[in-house]
Amino acid sequence: MVKVEVKNLFKIFGPTPKKIYPLIKQGINKEQILKQTGHGVGVNDASFAVEEGEIFVVMGLSGSGKSTLIRCLNRLIEPSSGEILIDGQNIVGCSKETLQDVRRKKVAMIFQNFALLPHRSVLDNVGFGLEIQNEDLNTRNQKSIESLELVGLKGYENSMPSELSGGMQQRVGLARALTTNPDILLMDEAFSALDPLIRKEMQDELLSLQDRMHKTIIFITHDLDEALKIGDRIAIMKDGIIVQIGTPEEILNSPADDYVKEFVQDVNRAKIVTASSIMKKVDTIVSSKDGVRVAVRKMKEASISSIFVVDKARHLKGIVTIDDATNLLKQNKNDLESIIHKNVNTVSGNTSIEELLPLFISSPYPVVVLDDDNRVLGIIFKVSVLAGLLGEEDNDV
Amino acid sequence: MYKIPIGDIVEILISWLTTNFTSFFDGIKSILLTVINTFAWIFNGIPFYITILIFALIAWKFANKGTGIFAIVGLLVIQSMGLWRETMQTLALVITATFIALIIGIPLGIWMSRNDKLNNIMRPVLDFMQTMPAFVYLIPAVYFFDLGQVPGAVATVIFAMPPVVRLTSLGIRQVPEDVIEASHSFGATSSQLLFKVQIPLALPTILAGLNQTIMLSLSMVVISAMIGAGGLGNVVLRGITQMRIGEGFEGGLAVVILAMLLDRITQGLGQQKRKIKQ
Ligand SMILES: Nc1ncnc2c1ncn2[C@@H]1O[C@H](COP(=O)(O)OP(=O)(O)OP(=O)(O)O)[C@@H](O)[C@H]1O
Ligand SMILES: [Mg+2]
Repeated sequence: MVKVEVKNLFKIFGPTPKKIYPLIKQGINKEQILKQTGHGVGVNDASFAVEEGEIFVVMGLSGSGKSTLIRCLNRLIEPSSGEILIDGQNIVGCSKETLQDVRRKKVAMIFQNFALLPHRSVLDNVGFGLEIQNEDLNTRNQKSIESLELVGLKGYENSMPSELSGGMQQRVGLARALTTNPDILLMDEAFSALDPLIRKEMQDELLSLQDRMHKTIIFITHDLDEALKIGDRIAIMKDGIIVQIGTPEEILNSPADDYVKEFVQDVNRAKIVTASSIMKKVDTIVSSKDGVRVAVRKMKEASISSIFVVDKARHLKGIVTIDDATNLLKQNKNDLESIIHKNVNTVSGNTSIEELLPLFISSPYPVVVLDDDNRVLGIIFKVSVLAGLLGEEDNDV
Repeated sequence: MYKIPIGDIVEILISWLTTNFTSFFDGIKSILLTVINTFAWIFNGIPFYITILIFALIAWKFANKGTGIFAIVGLLVIQSMGLWRETMQTLALVITATFIALIIGIPLGIWMSRNDKLNNIMRPVLDFMQTMPAFVYLIPAVYFFDLGQVPGAVATVIFAMPPVVRLTSLGIRQVPEDVIEASHSFGATSSQLLFKVQIPLALPTILAGLNQTIMLSLSMVVISAMIGAGGLGNVVLRGITQMRIGEGFEGGLAVVILAMLLDRITQGLGQQKRKIKQ
């Protein structure tokens, strides 16, 4: 189900945004528009849909319009035009009351610099959203304590924000956002102010919270590794325009343009590229009932030195080599089962290259990719792994 | 050379105001008089040793132990100089003036913080109010309110109000943008934003304004005595005009003691807030 849908969203900073649309249509770029008219193009015709339970990451260089985009989603920044549908309801141009209600119940935001209230204790910070809704103190405190437990800050209720480390402060920010039980979390570079170790910890924690809570999360970052790690899908922004939207793999494997390519060039592909994207379809495979003669013929036709053997249901039985098979034929035997090697490594489609590599050390044969029912999907040769690392795999799957 | 008749215009304006708004000024006068007299009646009604004790406790609680001791010693000195009644009268006037300055000044400051246009208009007005020699306020004050404590209080309010207005506005403007943004993101209304976020965060600054306002009020004590506001100012004035140096010095000393005490207490109040904030 689509939770948040954005259609043709524009944000133009300046006194007369209307005059800017024709310039944008003519393809005049952001820099020139700023120079000629003094208007800043924050978001330029953004359209996308975020599914319920999805983590949608928006990425881009500084000034590309990420913060502007995410602030349009709860109208902290007023969009110039376009639609923003939350649960099908357009919040652009809706009444003040409706907007307030959406902000109170449906959408919560987590900020780069935490934005905690310095004069309030952790507990009162976390209960702020409910306080705004005039919830009574008991309910407020009870729910705040629950959220603090969720983020691992039990026992810090009475501390002041300034007494906590950055990581802990952002946990408070997270707890504050969770307390109103919103469906949607907006996170603007929520972890960027934290040092790398704490940052990684927070990412893991967010993912594990997400496993339990299934929020719809829109997450801004300018860090590709972070995007690839937590994003179900990633949108890449440049000069206010969304240039590509796709899964981490799609972004890595087929970058839409040079801007995206530059973004992804120094990523650790071994972590991201999966078995299913580098495997080859198996054209030549032999069924165990076919016998040795058929196996040898198939290997010769395809000029390969070994062939996988499957049963009727395409379940993998093992591999036979051409040497073993011809030997058997010389002895006038035809029992394929007797020469099957069973030490074939199998993996599932979403195994990363990093995990694949060691398998080639333990076995001389190609690795077989199986589906959920253990049927053969494809095979991976050592050379395709190397190609995958370099981003050169041909997509013949 | 042609002389611009500013002085004439002001005179015409003021005489027009006095003739057309007599009942209005009379109303204000009776309200102010009631407030001042109520304070004076309370302060003079309580036995001096109890007042001293209350002051000492307040000073101790909001500032520190030293200030508490200073309150006891200082107020005892005033009592022993035989200036208790006058001191309480001055205190009543200062408190009334400060009170009015806050009632007008804080909302005005809040409004200025939210409205750039008003802010731009008010800033020079506030400068004017504060830098105009305080004596100048005495004349129209007497025009509108005769002689006595009321014109003294009015002149004091005008002279002492600018800091609290300015610092309220400044304090609210200094609340970090991201905190405001966060409050909006949770659906806060603008009054929730004001009372739950902006004012609490601006409070130390507002209290600094309160402190300055009280100090400026005290600095008006002698000046307003010239139009019959009475109290310690009268003692000093008498000392000056009749060349009784000793008496004048005693009156001055009492003003200084009162000023130091109120200063330390209100400063302590601000620091306490700041401590919580950090
Ligand atoms: N209030 C504003 N008035 C005018 N221009 C603005 C305003 N806010 C943002 N911009 C412009 O809009 C563009 C996008 O800014 P935005 O803050 O959304 O970028 P960002 O992608 O979040 O960058 P960063 O990674 O540095 O946070 C920038 O060119 C910026 O100068
Ligand atoms: Mg940003």
